[in-house]
Amino acid sequence: MKHLSFRRLRALCWKETLQMFRDPSSNLIAFALPMLLMFVFGFGINLDTPTLKIGLYTEASGTEADGFAAALSGTPSLDIARYQSREAMARDMTDSKIRGFIVIPADFSRRMKAKADTAPIQVVADGSEPNTAQFVSSHVGGVWQVWMMQRAEDRGEEMDREIALEPRYWFNPSAKSRNFLIPGSITVIMTVIGALLTSLVVAREWERGTMEALLASPVTRAELLLSKILPYYALGMLSLLLCVASARWLLGVPFRGSVLALCVVGTFFLLSVLGIGLAISTATRNQFNAAQAALNAAFLPATMLSGFIYEISSMPSFLRGVTHIVPARYFVSAIQTLFQLPTDWKHLMPDILLLMASAAFFLGITAKLTKRRME
Amino acid sequence: MRFLPRIHALVVKELQSVFGSPSSRTLLIMPVILQTLLFPFAATLEVKNASLGIYNRDTGAPAQELVQRFAQSAAFSEIIPFHGQDEMEEAIESRQAMLTVSIPEDFSRKLAAGETAPVQVLLDGRRSNGAQIAFGYLQGITEDYMKDRLAAAGRAMPSEVVTRFWFNPNLDYKNFILPNLVAIITTIGSLILTALSVSREREQGTFDQLLVSPLTPEMIMIGKAVPAMIVAFFQATLILCAAVFIYDVPFRGSLFFLYAGMFFYALSLVGVGLFISSLCNTQQQAFLGAFSFMMPAVMLSGFAAPVENMPRWLQIATWPNPVRHFVEIVKGVFLKDASFERVFSLIWPLVLIGAINLTAAALMFRRKTG
Repeated sequence: MKHLSFRRLRALCWKETLQMFRDPSSNLIAFALPMLLMFVFGFGINLDTPTLKIGLYTEASGTEADGFAAALSGTPSLDIARYQSREAMARDMTDSKIRGFIVIPADFSRRMKAKADTAPIQVVADGSEPNTAQFVSSHVGGVWQVWMMQRAEDRGEEMDREIALEPRYWFNPSAKSRNFLIPGSITVIMTVIGALLTSLVVAREWERGTMEALLASPVTRAELLLSKILPYYALGMLSLLLCVASARWLLGVPFRGSVLALCVVGTFFLLSVLGIGLAISTATRNQFNAAQAALNAAFLPATMLSGFIYEISSMPSFLRGVTHIVPARYFVSAIQTLFQLPTDWKHLMPDILLLMASAAFFLGITAKLTKRRME
Repeated sequence: MRFLPRIHALVVKELQSVFGSPSSRTLLIMPVILQTLLFPFAATLEVKNASLGIYNRDTGAPAQELVQRFAQSAAFSEIIPFHGQDEMEEAIESRQAMLTVSIPEDFSRKLAAGETAPVQVLLDGRRSNGAQIAFGYLQGITEDYMKDRLAAAGRAMPSEVVTRFWFNPNLDYKNFILPNLVAIITTIGSLILTALSVSREREQGTFDQLLVSPLTPEMIMIGKAVPAMIVAFFQATLILCAAVFIYDVPFRGSLFFLYAGMFFYALSLVGVGLFISSLCNTQQQAFLGAFSFMMPAVMLSGFAAPVENMPRWLQIATWPNPVRHFVEIVKGVFLKDASFERVFSLIWPLVLIGAINLTAAALMFRRKTG
């Protein structure tokens, strides 16, 4: 590090910045893609089903059956279509036109009146979409409960419901999935900029032979590395702020944390992914291979193993072990907290320290791989 | 006249450049194997091994019984006992527990008196989907407990909801994710391959040599398309076999429909890949271009979240997305034994998308050469 010349570093950084801005594809990745992805995650990825399409077939009418059918039709979260036969509903569910169907059997009203008998309502949900199927089951169950209570009240009877679970959401009172998916998606965007873009950079210099030219100059290893890190770090931070700002003001996701904490967390995460990207491109020296490797080593783990869509605690234990070496995991946890609650440094500290360690680790590998000589 | 021998020679050359070197062979196979081994376990929206916090202020037997029943559920591997409201809130904030249950002192008394006894459940809103599902489990357990109490007292509920899940009776998330992976992993490999193959030739200058040869731009396109389609078929078959033989996902439909769909899907992917590469001059541009297409296309395909949850206008806007139609085909054929009409209604969009992209790419190549 003793030969760090500020003038040389500035010249190299300037060259890198020019190259970055003159290539339309890096502009695409740094500014167009983040906005596109924010938009995709803001509107396209929604785990809460707004209205469930459900078929209803009442085999015979009766006061009780009609009452329940009316309760179903009056529920805004259910889009109830009446059918004339069970087969038609089965066919439409196979063709994914409806996500479930309800059959009220012919003897429903009669069995409800009988004291010692339990009248069944049949609900069939499309298990090929497990998440939606869960919602079909719980929504219809909810309507049924309310209807039963209403019915008991109307008749002035004692309601048999004994225990009532009362849910309350902490941090995200309306339980909107976009409020945690959008902050999580920023992780993916940062990974793309940090690892994918930089992985191509060094590999390109090797492929085109300009790396030899650089090595023949008096540039030191530290200067070479810093000149690759600093411009992309600046680009990444710019993109992070852009994403957070558009999440806050365009998509209306509440941001309750501190901006300083955001910058600290963002810095260490960005340095980690930059480290991964540079290490890959230094090791492969070939753009095609570097791109493939970056996709598999940085991008896919950031989407699948970071816990931003898929809950880490639900994974089998060996995979939970693997997630500990994915830096995106700590960033997802930190940024979801930053968005949802006022910053408490005590809770953020573990994530920050682990991100720091991973940044040091990956940058260290890159430094080791970068040789100041030709082979 | 000379069409077939020329195409033949070109295809042989392209195949050699794709499968010739060991490193590119490895990169086409290794990631697929790794992804097939890891992702089915990672990609699950089910709730397992979650930690449930319980703050029980009631010493009565019914409260104990309810806590016992919660603790026995397979969804919760860890039950954390709490002794105060603050402790509970702290546990949620630090992600120690996904949800906490608080049973008030008068729970047993109210039950005995025939009043409704409330139980508060606090859920982590940062993980609202998982928490919602876990809450559903708690509700089911409570429901069963109440039914048992009624039965013990010699009474019956006037009615009940009997739910059954078709196509996937236990709502096994694996049965959902593997058909999706067949479509998605295939997309990554073959799209990048096509997008980069032309731009690599451009960068190395060999593309000009191809252009001055007697080959027409259409023939060059066929030469690029064949290896990509072989890769797509190979990777998809690999995951298909893993899904059926390793993960035991039931395959109920027709293999012919699946491969027919795959053929047109691969064709439309090649169309998109060639169109992107016809716009790009360098490998970096082609790669980033392919990525910028792929990422939203995969995310909006119904694999991460159902298409029907999107706003109406976005459902219409994503119609030209080939991934969306193919994901539907694979899922339909795999689990639901989709009918010919259903598969056909999903294949013709692919044919249209492929035709438009291939024509556009051919026009771009002609313009650049002319």
